[in-house]
Amino acid sequence: MDAIAVEGLSKRYGDVLAVDDISFTVAPGQTLGLLGGNGAGKTTTIAMLLGLLIPSAGRISVLGHDMARDRFAALARMNFSSPYIALPSRISVRENLRVYGHLYSVRGLEARICELADQLDLGAFLDRPAGQLSAGQKTRVALAKALVNRPDVLLLDEPTASLDPDTGDLVRSWLEHYRQESGCTILLASHNMAEVERLCARVLMLKQGRIVDGGTPAELLDRYGRDDLEQVFLDIARRGTVDA
Amino acid sequence: MTGSARRIWGLTYRHLALYRRSWPRVVELMYWPILQMCIWGFTSSFLLARGSATAAAAGALIGGVLLWEVALRSQMGVAISFLEELWSRNLGHVFVSPIRPWEMVAALLGVSMMRMLTGVLPAIGVAWLLYAFDLFSMGPVVVLFFANLMIMGWWVALAVISLILRHGAGAEALAWSVLFGLTPFSAVFYPVSALPAVVQPIALALPSSHVFEGMRAALEGVILWDHLAWALALNAVWMAGAVWLFAAQFRQARLRGAY
Repeated sequence: MDAIAVEGLSKRYGDVLAVDDISFTVAPGQTLGLLGGNGAGKTTTIAMLLGLLIPSAGRISVLGHDMARDRFAALARMNFSSPYIALPSRISVRENLRVYGHLYSVRGLEARICELADQLDLGAFLDRPAGQLSAGQKTRVALAKALVNRPDVLLLDEPTASLDPDTGDLVRSWLEHYRQESGCTILLASHNMAEVERLCARVLMLKQGRIVDGGTPAELLDRYGRDDLEQVFLDIARRGTVDA
Repeated sequence: MTGSARRIWGLTYRHLALYRRSWPRVVELMYWPILQMCIWGFTSSFLLARGSATAAAAGALIGGVLLWEVALRSQMGVAISFLEELWSRNLGHVFVSPIRPWEMVAALLGVSMMRMLTGVLPAIGVAWLLYAFDLFSMGPVVVLFFANLMIMGWWVALAVISLILRHGAGAEALAWSVLFGLTPFSAVFYPVSALPAVVQPIALALPSSHVFEGMRAALEGVILWDHLAWALALNAVWMAGAVWLFAAQFRQARLRGAY
């Protein structure tokens, strides 16, 4: 059974078709990258996968649960991180993790918080208000929140946006480690091509709400005769589509 | 704890943690009810000094101020707790967690009750200390007045949240103002019969007017059960309407992508 199965998914806002009849699957333990320019439909797709948005058409199944009818059963085993959605800034990092630990009914919550603090090096600011942290610290806290329930499916929307190279590398290393250790399925939307090449087993290229190409990073490089995914991205963005 | 209880506690804990870290927020909860109590308490003392004919009106004035604060603080408690999530840009995380909409509402109502008691109980103490007005002298029926006004505050808040979900930040001001707009029709300081005939049906459609009619009678030692029954029934109807509106706007927000 696929961890994520999307079939004929569309989202329309009035006259604008933000996502146009896309279908894809993600196998358990696989990392899939969603690539595309601004307005390509990446964030809208993730919002529909999380049940935050109701699709105009199509069907989504996560971990065998139909998101239209049974989304809460799936959400308990999923989690999400995005730099564009904040955590409450006036309460401490520990309190934030407690809040989300309770929302996800995490057993042994205090031990889990200590474990995450140790693994993501949060100890020095665990009792500081989340709003007083640097961008890099906030990203690590957001990642800790996303992992608090040991998710089977993790959705990440530009997880390393606006991070310095060192912190970005730390986050990517940790995501690789977590996927290998837990067998978690990851769906990653990013503009960082090096990140996608490093983390993703498979990539879908989105343009104007449609999937315009897809495959492993190596297949895409070979198909477009390019040395890196950034060049492939630019080819697709500027020249048009190639049948997947 | 069951899954539901944990999730409700999780969101409640988020607000308790916020207040634990900010004493100005706690002081602010008590500030307005106590200030209102002082202003209207001095007014009542002045009326009392004018003669015994106005003594009953003076008691009704203080009782009205205290009980209306129950509705006001309950409404603001729910609406502002919801706005806290909006202001901290945290709603997206909450809505993609397994918390059900009804669990989120239950947490907001619980926080609202704590906020209301933190604000109103000190004002009741001030009324007793400064003006020798004992709200509880009306007897156990005062609990029913409290409950009805708290429920009214809750359904008004649910309607306000629905408008915020529909219209976004533009509707935020309603969180503070909407219940003040119902004050003239709620017969807080005067009987419904004192209102113009054309306005009286509006007043009688609100649970609050029945509570305050009941309060004025209770201050004279009479319990008007019919008014209490009306208040309860009207609350049930208005609450059902507010829940329907909230559910509809919540679904609309998921269709429009309003988070």
